[in-house]
Amino acid sequence: MSAPTEVEVGRAIGARVERKEDQKLLQGQAEWVDNMHVPGMVYLGIVRSPYAHARITKVDVTPALAHADVVGAWSGADIADEWQGSLPCAWLPTEDTNAPEHKPVAVDKARYAGDAVAVIAATSRGAAEDAAELVEVEYEPLPVVVDPEAALADGAPLVHEEFGTNRCYTWTLEEGEIDRLFAEADVTVSERYRQNRLIPNAIEPRAVFVTAIPANGEFTLWSTTQVPHIARVTLSGVTGIPEAKLRVIAPDVGGGFGSKLNVYAEEALALAVARMLGRPVKWTETRSEGYLSTIHGRDQVQEIELAATSEGKILAVRTKLTASMGAYLQLVTPGIPLLGAWLYAGCYDVQGYSFECTGVFTNTVPTDAYRGAGRPEATYAIERAVDALARKLGMDPVEIRRLNFIREFPAAIKAGLTIDSGDYDASLDVALEQAGYESVRAEQRARRTAGDPKRLGIGLSTYVEMCGLAPSNILGAIRYSGGGWEAATIRCLPTGTVQVLTGSTPHGQGHETSWSQIVSDRLGYEIDEVEVLHGDTAVVPLGMDTYGSRSLAVGGVALYYAADRIAEKGKKIAAHLMEVDEAQVDHVRGTFHGPETSITLKEVAFAAWTAHNLPDGVQPGLEETYVYDPPNFSWPAGAHVAIVEVDTETGAVELLRYIAVDDVGTIVNPIIVEGQIHGGLAQGVAQALYEEAIYDEDGNLLTGNMVSYLVPSAAEFPRWELHHTETPSPTNPMGVKGVGETGAIASPPAVMNAIVDALAEDGITDLDMPATPERVWRALEEARR
Amino acid sequence: MIPAPFDYEVAESVDNAIELLGTREETKVLAGGHSLLPLLRLRLTRPSLLVDVGRLDLSYVRDAGDSIAIGALTRHHDVATAPLLQEHNPLMSFAAGLIGDPQVRHRGTIGGSLAHGDPASDLPAVVLALDGEIDIAGPNGVRTVRAAEFFRGVFETAVGPQELVTEVRVPKLIGDHVWSYLKFRHRAQDWATVGVAAVARRSNGGVADAAIALVNMGATPLRAGAAEAAWIAGAADPGVEADAKTEPPSDTNGSADYRRHLARVLVRRAVEEAEAR
Amino acid sequence: MRTVSLTVNDVPHEFELDPRELLVYVLRERLGLTGTVVGCDTSSCGACTVLLDGESVKSCTVLGVQADGHEITTIEGLAESGALHPLQESFHEHHALQCGYCTSGMVLAAVSLLAENPSPSEDEIRHALEGNICRCTGYQNIVDAIGAVAQ
Repeated sequence: MSAPTEVEVGRAIGARVERKEDQKLLQGQAEWVDNMHVPGMVYLGIVRSPYAHARITKVDVTPALAHADVVGAWSGADIADEWQGSLPCAWLPTEDTNAPEHKPVAVDKARYAGDAVAVIAATSRGAAEDAAELVEVEYEPLPVVVDPEAALADGAPLVHEEFGTNRCYTWTLEEGEIDRLFAEADVTVSERYRQNRLIPNAIEPRAVFVTAIPANGEFTLWSTTQVPHIARVTLSGVTGIPEAKLRVIAPDVGGGFGSKLNVYAEEALALAVARMLGRPVKWTETRSEGYLSTIHGRDQVQEIELAATSEGKILAVRTKLTASMGAYLQLVTPGIPLLGAWLYAGCYDVQGYSFECTGVFTNTVPTDAYRGAGRPEATYAIERAVDALARKLGMDPVEIRRLNFIREFPAAIKAGLTIDSGDYDASLDVALEQAGYESVRAEQRARRTAGDPKRLGIGLSTYVEMCGLAPSNILGAIRYSGGGWEAATIRCLPTGTVQVLTGSTPHGQGHETSWSQIVSDRLGYEIDEVEVLHGDTAVVPLGMDTYGSRSLAVGGVALYYAADRIAEKGKKIAAHLMEVDEAQVDHVRGTFHGPETSITLKEVAFAAWTAHNLPDGVQPGLEETYVYDPPNFSWPAGAHVAIVEVDTETGAVELLRYIAVDDVGTIVNPIIVEGQIHGGLAQGVAQALYEEAIYDEDGNLLTGNMVSYLVPSAAEFPRWELHHTETPSPTNPMGVKGVGETGAIASPPAVMNAIVDALAEDGITDLDMPATPERVWRALEEARR
Repeated sequence: MIPAPFDYEVAESVDNAIELLGTREETKVLAGGHSLLPLLRLRLTRPSLLVDVGRLDLSYVRDAGDSIAIGALTRHHDVATAPLLQEHNPLMSFAAGLIGDPQVRHRGTIGGSLAHGDPASDLPAVVLALDGEIDIAGPNGVRTVRAAEFFRGVFETAVGPQELVTEVRVPKLIGDHVWSYLKFRHRAQDWATVGVAAVARRSNGGVADAAIALVNMGATPLRAGAAEAAWIAGAADPGVEADAKTEPPSDTNGSADYRRHLARVLVRRAVEEAEAR
Repeated sequence: MRTVSLTVNDVPHEFELDPRELLVYVLRERLGLTGTVVGCDTSSCGACTVLLDGESVKSCTVLGVQADGHEITTIEGLAESGALHPLQESFHEHHALQCGYCTSGMVLAAVSLLAENPSPSEDEIRHALEGNICRCTGYQNIVDAIGAVAQ
């Protein structure tokens, strides 16, 4: 391993480089999976259970087979032989986790509204839908449970009878003398919050396309996935197609936010149908179908208690979660709440820490990763609870935070991990100054005095999160099945351009630009001379893909080290060509300087290709791979301020201003970082004010399409006011941290704290997300009674 | 999603449209398609024949003396921007500008909106408040129906299966009129949770001819008679009884209770806004 | 089946269409104009926005047969003689796209807005986009990109 060298920020890293990705996207030339269109292709149509819980007593596909444009139709039983294994769950957190079998098409029982019960292959999209209506399915409806707490009650309907319980697992973490700290505390607060169930809504619906070469047993799967590499490994297990015969391609992918960090029934189904028919197969979900077939996020009940001194020093945090898994375990379903397990004390120094999470099966769409995954939940609970403690003690929310901030780094937190770096006061200082905190408070008082029915509220969220998953050994220790490494290859082509292969698989994050900046900065290529290849297991065989804000902090660092290796080999060749000793050669951004002459990396690449004159023992070509396994998570932090106006007559909340001060370590490309934060904020504010997947007691999804599930538009948001502080991470040579999720993590509590701040004098402290007008109005009505 | 199969005919005249509508049991009129196509795509409706009236010459906004005549195929965008309406009936143009989103307003038509009979739509309540007239063409010629008799139930209107809305007339607001349209919704593109159209004429320091109509407070757009009387009587809060005789729905956008409350608040605010105009 | 004439990006075409065929699929699957995409099934998201006779419409909520005799402009037809439309340039300069899936619809909605209102306020821009959902950008850079061209 080469020694880490200092990044010289300037030429490319840190520059506002306009994105390389944009041109094709702006001209309608992107390669979406649904664009795939080849002769002989069949479309899948999927028959889904309208019942949330029902025994399947009969599936008759013969009427569908009679349709002129139908090529095949299968019930779950008909297709069962295609499966070598269950759809994968890669994270069973405890030894006794109940992990149900999960076939791509249900056979005996449908466990949520949307569970697949039969599959059609037809020669057109319309015919597939027509024929799906012809399949005759008889159901025997069973009692339904949708609420995770109700699912744990005695006598609750069992989603999976074989376990005798709906409990999937209970996972605990406890450090310090919790009971003593709570017993001796001057003051405690006990809060209960509901994490609303969310639908990720990547704007590109999921799609799958498969081609096969039956004679060779070879399959190529195009998928709207964030994780082509993980999909290849796991789908091989589901279908029995040898991994080496399966190629997975994620072409341009229209957003993911965790919803495409998964391995889905339809991917397995398309492979199976292609294998049975020997024809290309396509499936594209419609949006309302996606609401029933693509994972949801959140859906937890949180109970959090703080023990504190009368001065406001927090001594201990105790958290108990009840987390809905939905009906089955998808790729990382059980692990999602646990990604927040270490963060329920937030950025505060505590002596005792207790966390318990129980995962519960319900008759709902499975939950899994949605932007932030576990960390928004944790941040929400601690940030609201800290405000509750401040209220109880009559303290200002700023004061109580300052009193409790962690200030020495690296910080070994009570929960058991080590925060790499940070300066929480610095972010809060900037946030308060930018918000004009005191003047907002003054206006708030003035409105109250005047009896203005439109109250003003100001809310804080000082957060720290852990991302950039992660050291592989830690992932192993918490029973995650995969590694946390990432791979990068740099291939210096003989004619002066360079290819970068990255195992990190972007779907909007701008890797092609940021990765080009890193290579440009390290090896002196022009940005346009760098070609970044990704998302195809045949082109980039090694990868762990994109999720958890890991791309730059892991994949970017891998690329940094791969550049070191190129420089190292290049230096040997350059020294040889200049006929000087290697120790006399300095490499500076793509030029090897000898004592008298210099030679460029491009010249070295050409020499390495001809191989006419290489030093002994040096192989031809100039290509290096580095696989980086980070020594720690990355720990972005910051301070966010929301200012809201609440109409106490209608309950309507207007977000007037939003100030975000984030510390994400070294910034490679400011425009991309700002864009990530903007997008995260929009999703977080949406959780606080607009979005909720609502089930009725029979398990029908009432918010079943984009009319009733409220994704906000430009008209619903204010301008985002962004500021930065910068504390480089000491764990990697670039000093970078993750940025993709901070906005979604920090913003829900900032908004909710602002609403509660506006209404606290009206007697409202207990308010759940989303703070819809009716919910706010009801809270006011109750308080008025 | 793809609609279930249907046959399709283009009407070449109003008479031809009526004739085509009589050829089958399950026919639907297609104008802009912005009420119908989403239902077709979700397969919530399955007509066997669509009669496309979109090419008929029924897109116009004309001065008709005491009223403004609006052709049934006039799009929301054109209602919103027509100078004649902006001058003589700004309530109509303002409300039309709040329908859906710009793309919807570029396709959706006033005739389609009225004939669809969705109590959550904006224009039906506005036309009701304005006591507008609707021309309906059928096998026996054209009849005129007052807005108060036009709306019959959820997705039910006076338009029969073999009939077609051809024109809508709303009065010119002559004299010192005041008006307001308040549309309460969670997102800008949403249907109204509750909407209020209020219009009156200033008279002797108060108002006369007050009309208040409610969106999404029952099976049809509804006149808020008690609130109208309170407004005319100069009540301090004319919204107090705004929800009298309403039967608002409960859905994920709001419970019936909440809608009743909103109607009371919004009527008061609409009156305040109208009078301040 | 019905014979339909459409002019798409200034090129005339004639098709035999099943009446239930949505305009968006005529563009995508018959003409290969895959820059127009589908994001929902309720006319909510605006990803499929194209210009019909110069005005923004959602092509998933227009039947191909309804467009008979009309002119359609898609994202592929926006650049003129090789030069990107100023809005396309501005979206690039303002980092107004991330995954890019909503971008065609956003740009065309903006073209239609500026044709109707050449100098909209920020609030007017935001409301003009109320039928276009973007899940990546938080909208601010889109609003700024349009505002920059409007000035």
